[in-house]
Amino acid sequence: MDFSECFKLSNQLCRFSPDGKCLASGVQYRLVVRSANTLQILQLFTCVDQIQHIEWSSDSQFILCAMYKRGVVQVWSLEQPDWHCKIDEGSAGLVASCWSPDGRHILNTTEFHLRITVWSLCTKSVSYIKYPKACQQGIAFTKDGRYMALAERRDCKDYVSLFVCSDWQLLRHFDTETQDIAGIEWAPNGCVLAVWDTCLEYKILLYSLDGRLLSTYRAYEWSLGIKSVAWSPSSQFLAIGSYDEKVRILNHVTWKKITEFEHPVTVTSPKIVVYKEMEKSPAVETDKLPFPPSRTMASSLFSTKSKYEIVQLPASLHHVKPAVDRANPRIGVGMLAFSSDNCFLATRNDNIPNAVWIWDMQKMKLFVVLEQLCAIQLFQWDPCRSRLAMCTANSRVYLWSPAGCVSVQVPVEGDFQVVSLCWHSTGDSVALTSKENFCICYLEREAEEVK
Amino acid sequence: MGDWNTIAVPAQLPDNNIPWYTSAKKMSPSSLSIHVLSSPLPLSESTHSFSSAFCTDENIEQSLSYLNMELTTLGFPSLYADSKGKELHVVSVLNCMNELLQLQRRHLRTREEAETQHLKLSSDMDHLQNCYAKLKEQLETSRRETVGLQERDRQLQCKNRNLHLLLKNEKDEVQKLQNIVASRATQYNHDMKRKEREYNKLKERFHQLLMNKKDKKLAMDVLNYVGRVDGKRGGWRTGKTEARNEEEMYKVLLNEYEQRQKQLLVENAELKKLLQQMKKEIISLLPPQKQKPKEKAEDGNGTVNVLSDVEDDSGEINKENMWELSCDTVREQLANSIRKQWRMLKNHVEKLDNQALHVHSRTLNNSDTISREDHELEVERLQLEIQQCKEMVKTQQQLLQQQLTSPSDDDTSLLLKDCYLLEEKERLKEEWKLFKEQKKNFEKERKSFTEAAIRLGLERKAFEEDRGTWLKQQFLNMTSEPYKFEHVKLQSALSGSSDSDSPLTNFRSCQKKSNNLFSDICQTQHELAKSSSTLLDKTSTYRKPSQVKREKQQKILPSGPVASDDTYSLHMWLPANSCTEHLDNLP
Repeated sequence: MDFSECFKLSNQLCRFSPDGKCLASGVQYRLVVRSANTLQILQLFTCVDQIQHIEWSSDSQFILCAMYKRGVVQVWSLEQPDWHCKIDEGSAGLVASCWSPDGRHILNTTEFHLRITVWSLCTKSVSYIKYPKACQQGIAFTKDGRYMALAERRDCKDYVSLFVCSDWQLLRHFDTETQDIAGIEWAPNGCVLAVWDTCLEYKILLYSLDGRLLSTYRAYEWSLGIKSVAWSPSSQFLAIGSYDEKVRILNHVTWKKITEFEHPVTVTSPKIVVYKEMEKSPAVETDKLPFPPSRTMASSLFSTKSKYEIVQLPASLHHVKPAVDRANPRIGVGMLAFSSDNCFLATRNDNIPNAVWIWDMQKMKLFVVLEQLCAIQLFQWDPCRSRLAMCTANSRVYLWSPAGCVSVQVPVEGDFQVVSLCWHSTGDSVALTSKENFCICYLEREAEEVK
Repeated sequence: MGDWNTIAVPAQLPDNNIPWYTSAKKMSPSSLSIHVLSSPLPLSESTHSFSSAFCTDENIEQSLSYLNMELTTLGFPSLYADSKGKELHVVSVLNCMNELLQLQRRHLRTREEAETQHLKLSSDMDHLQNCYAKLKEQLETSRRETVGLQERDRQLQCKNRNLHLLLKNEKDEVQKLQNIVASRATQYNHDMKRKEREYNKLKERFHQLLMNKKDKKLAMDVLNYVGRVDGKRGGWRTGKTEARNEEEMYKVLLNEYEQRQKQLLVENAELKKLLQQMKKEIISLLPPQKQKPKEKAEDGNGTVNVLSDVEDDSGEINKENMWELSCDTVREQLANSIRKQWRMLKNHVEKLDNQALHVHSRTLNNSDTISREDHELEVERLQLEIQQCKEMVKTQQQLLQQQLTSPSDDDTSLLLKDCYLLEEKERLKEEWKLFKEQKKNFEKERKSFTEAAIRLGLERKAFEEDRGTWLKQQFLNMTSEPYKFEHVKLQSALSGSSDSDSPLTNFRSCQKKSNNLFSDICQTQHELAKSSSTLLDKTSTYRKPSQVKREKQQKILPSGPVASDDTYSLHMWLPANSCTEHLDNLP
């Protein structure tokens, strides 16, 4: 496993291009485009203000830089460095900006979710979509990029509009039986839209592409409901994480529950492997220390090594008692992700913040529990293999695969706390970002095979 | 007992007293009656003194008459021979006395019996009293217990009542809270709606303002427009495009559904295949059972008959590849037939189960127990055998050890043979030494013999010379006196010299004997060796299965010429080792 040197960035703006050739990062006003392999700077663009959001177009030709404070979006082209485009939302303001799947339209959401402006890079045309709903996940594109679903709110009622992305024509418009939509998400096959209600109520609705209601699922009433939703890449399963610390798996034929995964504080079943990260301070050999200690030496001296150990069962996990009288309590399953091969599901129960639960989707059983020393910030599956990368806001990156797991110290001078990470599209490298820096971690294929 | 005595004596008194008084009145022997009357109480103590005082020389007559009266009143025959009371009838007196004595003895016996009875009864009484006390205690404790339990029960009931009350309260509370929650929720929703409406109004207003104001800043500044990804130009929005979009959408949906249908079809086909296979297997499993129910059905019910007909039909269809048909038409038939067959199979299995259970129970009742006993016996027998075998092995080993002071081993046979030979040599050496000593002795003897012989020879010479001189003398004297006598003497002397030769021959024979003995010893040695080697062979054949092990052990052993210490060590570890091996070899 190799690490690159580290580079500056701001606002954790670091994105691989969809084709995997380039890496864009934002440093204050500047947008730096590097080669993903060599990390040499290919282009350097300067924006009018501090960049707050970066997004690659689907064909990796354009990069969108949003500056929400100014209400301005600037678009840069990789092929024609001279080409420029600047979109000013004016007094309407800007809170979100994204590409349409064709990479030729930009959807800007104005302040107060007044409207969504669709700007085209091909024609002068501008379209408005009124009444977008202010919610977690109000816009969803199908994976093939043909359709867009948009959550709307009109006259105190929730609606969903389906648009054809090629010409932004409204395809379907229907009201949903929800109190307050919290989010919408297309199934990867692009034919089923999952719509879930606000956390006050457990309710998830499944709509067909033609607007028919396929099914409604409610696990319980009265207490806090859905916290997170994820489709399996095969569209076969819909995993719903909720505030009752459970994940429920629905099937795609009858839309009934197949099973539910509990996240108890103590793991008792003997078939489960519990890995616990253990910290060990290295033995200091005082006679080998150079007198004016070099910086790397010092950092390595004071940083403790960590490794995983298999815990004897039953194992009890570190858990946090949530404040019940506060809004958005830290309880329930808040993070969910299927592996790219559909075989595993990784979850995090927010009141056991240090543990990642990995479920075997073929046996529908808990497979592994990883307990970290710090709270999990983010985990992400390798886009090509069943390999999970995790970070816990310390100077280590953690990898799990069915063969085992490793904790790797990021060998960078100074303080490098990994708060976010993103995989390269081939799964050969991971970009690790701290608050001000980023570096690339290259994973060797051979090593992976051996592991 | 003492009490009883004191009570009993006066109780006896009245019975005795009545005749006393009556007789006294009748007879009135004043002195006697007084005496008697004066001594009724200390009767038992003073019988002796009384009797001695009763009859004196003076009042024999009176006492006799008195006694006679007394006895007659008690039903004894009169003491007198005649009725007038003049002549004493000794026989009757004696009879009376005898009878009295017998009576006395009987009374004593009954008294004893009564006493023992009394003792028994009193002990019984004591026992019963004890029992009574104990039971009373028990009763008391149980009573107390019941009271305690009742108290606890009461308390628990109280608690329960309280809990029920609490539960009720809680339920009420929950109900109240739910109501509150519901009302709050409605209120919240209402408020939210109101707020949202206001918010919407504001938004609308804002939007209008934005649109009216003609925001100059609101613009896109592009160097030049980019081509579309597909290279086409964007079309106008018309009804046509709308229709096309719809079409596309339905196409997508249709594709999806088709795919899913295909998957389902495949799955269905597989399931059908499985079903068919199962059906076939069931049918093949149940040929005799199938007949019987059919017959039964024909006997009993028409509907089942129809069912079987249907089944037959379906069977025919089956032959015509029913599986390609849509499930709708044959589903019911198929399901019915399968269900029926399944039921049959189930029945069959249940029957089999029952049978098996029966058989099992029967065997459990009858043969199994016996077999178990047999088994146990067998096991015991086998254990005994094992024990015997072990003992045999031990004795064999001991024998082996005794016979061969050097250990024997199959693979180390050469080495061991060497040891053995050494032993033998040593023994032979000893023998040899012994023999040598013997030889020395013999030699000594020989020497002495030879010396003796030399001496003898010398003596002989001297004797010969003597004889010569004597003969000379004789010869000189012969001319005159007895020649014959001398001749005889000479003869005897010559025979005596021949006799003196025998010790040497004797020695020779002795030597011969010893030689024989030696060879004998040698032979026995040889035989011993032979027997031991045969034994070795036996053991070697016995140990073959564990040869690999031995080979390993051989490696451990020191190879080459074996010192006596080594032999000793070998000797030491062999028994245990061989013993374990024998154990291994045992079944």
